[in-house]
Amino acid sequence: MSSTAKSNVVNVLEFLDGDEYRLPTFALLDQEGVLYPGIDAPSLERDKALHIYRAMVFTRVLDERMMAAQRQGRLSFYLQCTGEEAAVIGATAALDDSDMIMAQYREQGALAYRGFSIDEFMNQLFGNDLDYGRGRQMPIHYGSAELHYMTISSPLATQIPQATGYAYGQKLAGEGHCTITFFGEGAASEGDFHAALNMATVHRVPVIFFCRNNGYAISTPAIEQYAADGVAPRAFGYRMHVVRVDGNDVLAVHEATREARRLAVEHHHPVLIEAMTYRLAAHSSSDDPSGYRSRKEEEAWRVKDPIRRMKRWLIDRSWWSEDEENELLERYRRDVLESMKRAEKRPPPPLESLVSDVYDEVPLRLQEQFDALEAHIRRYPEQYPRGARSLGIDNTDEPQGRT
Amino acid sequence: MPTMNMLQAINNALDMAMASDERVICFGEDVGTFGGVFRATSHLQERYGKARCFNTPLVEQGIVGFANGLAAQGAVPIAEIQFADYIFPAFDQLVNETAKFRYRSGNLFNVAGLTIRAPYGGGISGGLYHSQSPEAYFTHTPGLKIVVPRNPYQAKGLLLASIRDANPVLFFEPKRLYRAATGEVPDADYQLPLGNAEILKEGNDVTVLGWGAQMTMIEAAVEMVENEGVSCEVIDLRTLLPWDVDTVAESVFKTGRLVITHEAPLTGGFAGEIAATIQERCFLYLESPIARVAGLDTPFPLTLEKEYMPDQWKLHDAIKASIEF
Ligand SMILES: Cc1ncc(C[n+]2csc(CCOP(=O)(O)OP(=O)(O)O)c2C)c(N)n1
Repeated sequence: MSSTAKSNVVNVLEFLDGDEYRLPTFALLDQEGVLYPGIDAPSLERDKALHIYRAMVFTRVLDERMMAAQRQGRLSFYLQCTGEEAAVIGATAALDDSDMIMAQYREQGALAYRGFSIDEFMNQLFGNDLDYGRGRQMPIHYGSAELHYMTISSPLATQIPQATGYAYGQKLAGEGHCTITFFGEGAASEGDFHAALNMATVHRVPVIFFCRNNGYAISTPAIEQYAADGVAPRAFGYRMHVVRVDGNDVLAVHEATREARRLAVEHHHPVLIEAMTYRLAAHSSSDDPSGYRSRKEEEAWRVKDPIRRMKRWLIDRSWWSEDEENELLERYRRDVLESMKRAEKRPPPPLESLVSDVYDEVPLRLQEQFDALEAHIRRYPEQYPRGARSLGIDNTDEPQGRT
Repeated sequence: MPTMNMLQAINNALDMAMASDERVICFGEDVGTFGGVFRATSHLQERYGKARCFNTPLVEQGIVGFANGLAAQGAVPIAEIQFADYIFPAFDQLVNETAKFRYRSGNLFNVAGLTIRAPYGGGISGGLYHSQSPEAYFTHTPGLKIVVPRNPYQAKGLLLASIRDANPVLFFEPKRLYRAATGEVPDADYQLPLGNAEILKEGNDVTVLGWGAQMTMIEAAVEMVENEGVSCEVIDLRTLLPWDVDTVAESVFKTGRLVITHEAPLTGGFAGEIAATIQERCFLYLESPIARVAGLDTPFPLTLEKEYMPDQWKLHDAIKASIEF
């Protein structure tokens, strides 16, 4: 018995390379932010459009300010979403607010859209006592149970099969929710990506695989990542629904994700969305793109800035104005700076946070190690200012250093 | 003799290996045009072409599987895993394939030429996933050699030896020292022996043993305790698999005391294996329990990294406790 679909017999030998499956790119706004002629205006009402736009602008402001703070040495690390705001936020806005998001790390815009507060961002970035992750992870590894946003994990692509599993659970729960997972075209090369897609169609799971194809994985250009026509055609191999969309066109992204959600939740068809975009900033604060790409290339993409495009569309509909824009920018910049100052001043997480959450309870062996550490810090408080502060030892008058 | 930092010494070794043997091939994520995120493979693509130095797609199991096949074919692959924390997608290829290629085929086939390089270790504000020391997962795998250099001179000589060794070698590079450690490195092609520990300083009261970045912690701790009148014998293990039991045992016969340190968590760490072996060999000579100064039995933290690290003060106290036992 063959387990493939019924296959016709042919007597002429022919090899196929899949080239006939070149995918078009779905777009509604042109590069200037004007609707293509002859198409219906999409069903995005004013309030939602402005909610999306504000989240995009906020994300841009947050990224600019925090990268500057990193340059000033106030932050150990930072990573921007710049250029990909429409992809991330347009998709998030098409979901139900309690659908699960399992992101890679460049999706702070999704949290901004769902209402993660500036203080919540800052507490994670500065790893202070209010950080939900207890100062254990590098900056930008956000998470929020309340906002259905799984805590970020640095090892790439691990979240993709997890999204398939999470969504399978949602299907069994029967409450009509789905999971979206975001990842780069680089991460899509990992084995985890392929495992995730295959399991999703085999088990008919309500999951949306959202690939941010931003052209680079650190220094590696997409053309060195795959020989095919992008990531999208891989869906055919798993008999998955797929669409490619202009990732800098917020209306197209929103529309595509809305329909993907319907397919996933109502028909249990998992969907792959490939959003074509560009990482306008460096990979992270540790990276310098001048070593692998030209200014000219960057400039060409700056013209296609997704925020500029959406703004034009909003202004054309008289839903937005320059005055409102300036007021908003000023407010966000001020709020970010004030929040940053508050977060910086807060104490580090308590010393116990070193050993909690490894298990549900601290095992005896680890408790012994912790007790020894505490005694050690009491002997050398000047060497461990954070630990000493947590233990309530005032060591401001102690001599610095021992050797 | 030129002065180099550890990255320059590694780059120099790779350059020399590629120049001296055209079967040597370097690849991994971002290693091509860009020269690696730490720049360890800078200019190699320029010098030796895209066929011998290139970017791979982002897939560690692919990188190591590809390297295994390439080595089986007779080439000399040097694969980079961008961070040791990201070696785990390749765990199957390393543990079930790399390590067992020769044994399972009765040496019909082997991956003798293979070297895997990976930056490891903490002290760089890297948090959970840019700080780990995963050596003990691999020391439990017969068939692999595991090498860890402590400074630029050692890095060049040990890397050249690893590349030319007739066994697959996992070469863990202490990234905290990539730029921080500088020293004289000969221009010449030279190799340092695998499987040999090195006595860095002779002493009588206690043997202090480590490898890689922990050697800087040992150096600082030893300076402190020597000022307090304790004479230390310092050993860099250099190769963790197969390890040099004789050199360590000889030292402990003399000093009667042993303090071992690594950054990885205490439980299941390689210090446990060393302690067990040395107490078998040296039981009647031991004056105090063998001490381990290691990371906590937790994932690697960020904000409280300084508190977590097995640093010179923790080592200082462990050495003193061993002496005063
Ligand atoms: C398993 C794993 N391998 C390597 C890395 C190191 N790394 C971090 S980001 C990155 C590039 C990711 O590129 P892509 O998936 O395209 O996402 P983008 O950064 O472009 O958003 C690499 C190689 C990692 N974090 N995890």
